[in-house]
Amino acid sequence: MPSAREMWRMAESSNSVVIQGLTKRFGRFVAVNHINLEVRAGEVFGFLGPNGAGKSTTIRMLCGLLRPTEGSANVAGFDVAQKPEMVRQNIGYMSQKFSLYNDLRVIENIRLFAGLYSVPAGQLQSRIDWVLEMANLKGQERLITATLPGGWKQRLALGCAVLHKPPILFLDEPTSGVDPIARRQFWELIHQMADEGVTVFVTTHYMEEAEYCNRLALIFRGAIVALGSPSELKQNSIRGELLLVECTPLGEALEILQSVPGVIDAAVFGNALHLVVENVQTAPAQVSTSLAERNVAVQRIERIRPSLEDVFVALTTMKDAERAA
Amino acid sequence: MLARMKQMMKKEFIQVLRDKRTRFILIIPPIVQMLVFGYAANFEVHHVPTVVLDYDHSQESRDLLSHFTASSYFSVQPPAADATQLHAVIERGGAAVGIEIDAGFARALRKGQPAPLQVIVDATNSNSALIAAGYVSQIASGFAQQYQRETMARIAPQWVAILPSVELASRPWYNPDLLSRWFFVPGIVGSLTLVLVITLTAFAVVREREIGTLEQIMVTPIRPAEFILSKTLPFFLIGLFDVSLIAVVGSLWFEVPFRGHISVLVLGAVLFLLCMLGVGLLISTVSATQQQAMVTSFFFIMPAITFSGFGFPISTMPHWLQLMTYASPLRYFLVVLRGSYLKGVGMEVLWPQMAAMAALGLGLLTVAILRFHKSLD
Repeated sequence: MPSAREMWRMAESSNSVVIQGLTKRFGRFVAVNHINLEVRAGEVFGFLGPNGAGKSTTIRMLCGLLRPTEGSANVAGFDVAQKPEMVRQNIGYMSQKFSLYNDLRVIENIRLFAGLYSVPAGQLQSRIDWVLEMANLKGQERLITATLPGGWKQRLALGCAVLHKPPILFLDEPTSGVDPIARRQFWELIHQMADEGVTVFVTTHYMEEAEYCNRLALIFRGAIVALGSPSELKQNSIRGELLLVECTPLGEALEILQSVPGVIDAAVFGNALHLVVENVQTAPAQVSTSLAERNVAVQRIERIRPSLEDVFVALTTMKDAERAA
Repeated sequence: MLARMKQMMKKEFIQVLRDKRTRFILIIPPIVQMLVFGYAANFEVHHVPTVVLDYDHSQESRDLLSHFTASSYFSVQPPAADATQLHAVIERGGAAVGIEIDAGFARALRKGQPAPLQVIVDATNSNSALIAAGYVSQIASGFAQQYQRETMARIAPQWVAILPSVELASRPWYNPDLLSRWFFVPGIVGSLTLVLVITLTAFAVVREREIGTLEQIMVTPIRPAEFILSKTLPFFLIGLFDVSLIAVVGSLWFEVPFRGHISVLVLGAVLFLLCMLGVGLLISTVSATQQQAMVTSFFFIMPAITFSGFGFPISTMPHWLQLMTYASPLRYFLVVLRGSYLKGVGMEVLWPQMAAMAALGLGLLTVAILRFHKSLD
């Protein structure tokens, strides 16, 4: 068997994750519907979507935890259905829920996973030191894991997932339930690993986290609705231009604007509305007249650059409209 | 593969032994239950509260009643004044046996006519009622025999010497004093082990599924079979420790003799534990939460003990039920336990039980491992 380092190099020379027609059905429910993807070595690939869109199901198939109903996935050069053991030796996985042993000490958790991943005895101490360093747990080895604060647990879980230096890392909503500072530090770690050549496949439903990714796939109702870098998505996915409308009351305004010609889509963002319009020159006038007619007070109308959230809202409403049609 | 299993087993032992509550559960309740059940599980009938009603007020009736007062089987209460009072005492549970001697009892005896003696038994518990009624009839016939001899000695002393009688010389083998405790203590060893090992094993796996650690373990290169083996082996050893603990405490405290060979009992325990681990694992594969595991194990444990011959003799069950008892591993282990403790028999007698447990154990474990594979999906 080649060493972990050799595997790392092997994986670097090829696409890390290749997914073709991957499908998972639970009874009649289609959780993941024929998705195709290629994740390149060393990139931070984000899998973005609302809860229940099929993110976790996909990642669990890629880790060999779930058997695909149809299609295939190749991870680190191994087919997940044919050679799940080889896949597992070459990936690290962190689930949404903290799933190290809470009743073990920090060091006992690390040693357990080092043993399960067959970290060679010669490298064991240096890997343990590395994890403790990375998770900021030096000197805390004997603490019972349950007593650690959330951010530390998260980093310990990440450390235990990469003890064997896997070329690919799967993170399923890794920062859920962690405070914003710890979340930021966590993303710095992810980028450090990517710089060292690790491919990171991360699911999230936080839009601001999606901005940290090199490339993104937007998944909705089990299908991929858009794929590209955050800036590509923002440029290409919205048909039309984006207007910000500040007005009161918001709810009524939303209802009115949905039936104004030239407005493709309207959605609430904070205390304002975002409108997707066909013509950015004529639309502001049209919008303010329609709102004035119904006694809605308009504070501000302004053209803005779309955020990922706009992209996401636009794409999902489009898909819903297609389904309804 | 061995290195991975070693790590898992190490972790399992740390978890079990670090937790104060688990350590407690493994040692104290089994001992306490052994002692309490040892005292409670008893078929013997002693000191049955008995109320008497004597309408005859004769020398003979007082003599007969004194036999009951003298017997340790009965504890005679203050006499009733009339039949209504006697019935009332039995109804409210103040007595389980009522003895009524009607007027004319002595007159009938003296005339050589059958003298009626009415006995009322509270047969709510049919078993103890049967036994108590047996004691009553023993005392009554003893009294009758004695009365006959005394009468004969008065009228025709020369005949007494040749009066025919049958003397019963019963020799209860294996349990000469007919102590039902000797029957129950080995049975308690088996049933306590059953409950303990099944619940421990089922819970250990289901807990990992419930809190999500199972998923984290299953993305490492460990194989499902390795996981199961390293998960069950510690519980096998813990089970072995607990069987020994319960068996030693039970036999020392209750002075139940051990006449067989210790190696036969150990082999029986090992095979029985295999079955229990298999059942525990099977339960864990059909349960998603610890609560489900608890309900499922309850549905297994009750019939497994009922159909084992622990309390109710298998030979009196209807035939189709008797067939079902062959599925309860405890049935075989009880034969091995009682055979080793009381009869002192060895493999030459117990091999069919050993073979049955081995087959059941391997079958259960195989099915459990196959099902575990599926339950991961």
